[in-house]
Amino acid sequence: MSTASAAETTSAIEIPDRPRTLAEKVWDAHVVAKGENGEPDLIYIDLHLVHEVTSPQAFDGLRQAGRPVRRPDLTIATEDHNTPTIGIDKPIADLTSRTQIETLRRNAEEFGIRLHPLGDVEQGIVHVVGPQLGLTMPGITVVCGDSHTSTHGAFGAMAFGIGTSEVEHVLATQTLPLKPFKTMAITVEGELRPGVTAKDIILAVIAKIGTGGGQGYVLEYRGSAIRSLSMEGRMTICNMSIEAGARAGMVAPDETTFEYVKGRPHAPQGEDWDAAVAYWKTLATDEGAVFDAEVFLDANELEPFVTWGTNPGQGVSLSETVPDPATIADHNERAAAERALEYMDLTPGTPMKEIAVDAVFMGSCTNSRIEDLRAFASIIKGRKKADNVRVMVVPGSARVRLQAEAEGIDKIVEEFGAEWRFAGCSMCLGMNPDQLAPGERCASTSNRNFEGRQGKGGRTHLVSPLVAAATAIRGTLSSPWDLENAPDSVRVEEVAR
Amino acid sequence: MDKITVIEGVAVPFRRSNVDTDQIIPAQFLKRVTKTGFDDALFFQWRQDPDFILNQPAYQGAKILIAGPDFGTGSSREHAVWALRDFGFRAVISPRFADIFRGNSGKQGLLAGTVPEETVEKLWELLEAQPGMNATVDLVEKTVTVGELTVPFEIDDYTRWRLLEGLDDIGLTLRDEARITEFEATRESWRPRTLPIRSA
Ligand code: SF4
Repeated sequence: MSTASAAETTSAIEIPDRPRTLAEKVWDAHVVAKGENGEPDLIYIDLHLVHEVTSPQAFDGLRQAGRPVRRPDLTIATEDHNTPTIGIDKPIADLTSRTQIETLRRNAEEFGIRLHPLGDVEQGIVHVVGPQLGLTMPGITVVCGDSHTSTHGAFGAMAFGIGTSEVEHVLATQTLPLKPFKTMAITVEGELRPGVTAKDIILAVIAKIGTGGGQGYVLEYRGSAIRSLSMEGRMTICNMSIEAGARAGMVAPDETTFEYVKGRPHAPQGEDWDAAVAYWKTLATDEGAVFDAEVFLDANELEPFVTWGTNPGQGVSLSETVPDPATIADHNERAAAERALEYMDLTPGTPMKEIAVDAVFMGSCTNSRIEDLRAFASIIKGRKKADNVRVMVVPGSARVRLQAEAEGIDKIVEEFGAEWRFAGCSMCLGMNPDQLAPGERCASTSNRNFEGRQGKGGRTHLVSPLVAAATAIRGTLSSPWDLENAPDSVRVEEVAR
Repeated sequence: MDKITVIEGVAVPFRRSNVDTDQIIPAQFLKRVTKTGFDDALFFQWRQDPDFILNQPAYQGAKILIAGPDFGTGSSREHAVWALRDFGFRAVISPRFADIFRGNSGKQGLLAGTVPEETVEKLWELLEAQPGMNATVDLVEKTVTVGELTVPFEIDDYTRWRLLEGLDDIGLTLRDEARITEFEATRESWRPRTLPIRSA
């Protein structure tokens, strides 16, 4: 087996002799053919993640053209969007859902793709499964027919969502013709206060730059606040890059990254590991590299954050009030805010903390990894949920579920009065029966608060797992700081309630 | 994808403008899991009317659609092209196409050619005078011929070349296959592999 040294690169092109960003380095190492005269570069894809919703027509296209999957060994499929989270041993009732899942199973079989179906120990949300198996690692390219593929950028990978025809393209060629992205540095300096999390950082970033602010860019999150985050926290942040309009988000790999990857089933081993780490250490953005845009955020002042509107950029600190559209200068934004408040049934000036919810959803590829469940459990432990609030806890993968059960989290959840479910996307998008009823209001740890996203007429407030927990206890949107006898891990003395 | 040089067949004088993709194929058909078999879905609502032009015997087996301006507007669904193609159309001629529809057509072997509005009017008149008449769309010469009338149409050079060569996006990339193989040979062994399966 050949082992590459750090000095070698995989690139067939000349590497420019100037300081480069992390994104440029990963890009340059994957150029199969350089595009000329504004033509796109042909980029090699290291890892292709597949799920049941965006793949059927891609496989059908291959079948029609008589093409095989070029690299089944770089491809992996799981069932997540349509899978039920209770009664998983029964046939799926909804015909469309069932057809999509059965089609994936047939396609995986026919084309020799590794599939983790419902019931399998590695089944789960595609963006939870990749990292957990150690397939997601620094310096690689990752694609999936799903916009939240940006999650994997937390490892210092270049990871982005693609459409169905691109899925077919990658299946057939293991490459994609792409034009280089611009780069944006998002620097978050300082120390988060107890009770403030990665989710609050990214919601604040999106509120700051807007849902279109990242368009055309790969975002690189940097600064002391990002460095001190766990891999789970970094994944939460990169996951939502797409909500700022960006194609991808990245964090330079460091010891935290290596520690997380090491020993996972598909992580490099032995000499491969040493070679990989030596190379990964070269990936960080060079001193003096130039970004196309830069944004700064102070972590010291951040508070738990929550959305009030129908896009992820419409958010405020929990201690604030529902904004008044009349104070918004931009005409389009004002109109959007007015529409959003009408849909959300909210009155300007209402303190966010007085808003009562009907449901709390703890899950999705943004916040359903073991650390998220631990954070949620640390707050609800030994307490009871508010009456009238339905609380669903949906682990991101079957393995996360098992791990949580080994730690007794399922018991804590059940004693709290919440539902402990099987893994999948669930109420993040309500393709399965986990949906809000019209008019229902939900505090959700997911990533999209679009109209009807969690069920027709449903109203979504995006929150962190800690805020979800505090809200489930109090029945109104709440910061963990608002809790009586809050655990030390989230207690901040000087904050006004 | 089949190479296109000359398309000859029944042409439909489709006197409608602003035909959006919801009309071409309604959303209810988007749940399907195949890329073919959308012929029954094409203009689904309009075809409920027995007098609709595509229901008339003269236009059975049509290959060329001559439509009014702004064809293929609205949602970006690729299904719109699949439905036209599955129904048997090989070319659509219109004074103006929505960009995304035109892009999708070029990628999937449906010729989308533009002609001025007055020309469409002339083509319609000729075709309506003799329902079921053949037309010829010549991609080499970039012309449409109906009876005695031959008019030029426009299509960008790149799309024309792709259609002439019968290259879909994948076919285009596979022209570089040797370079892909070469690249693969240099990939480090630490990079991820999903097979053989390793488990915790
Ligand atoms: S959890 Fe939600 S955002 Fe994530 S992949 Fe599933 S549907 Fe998409």
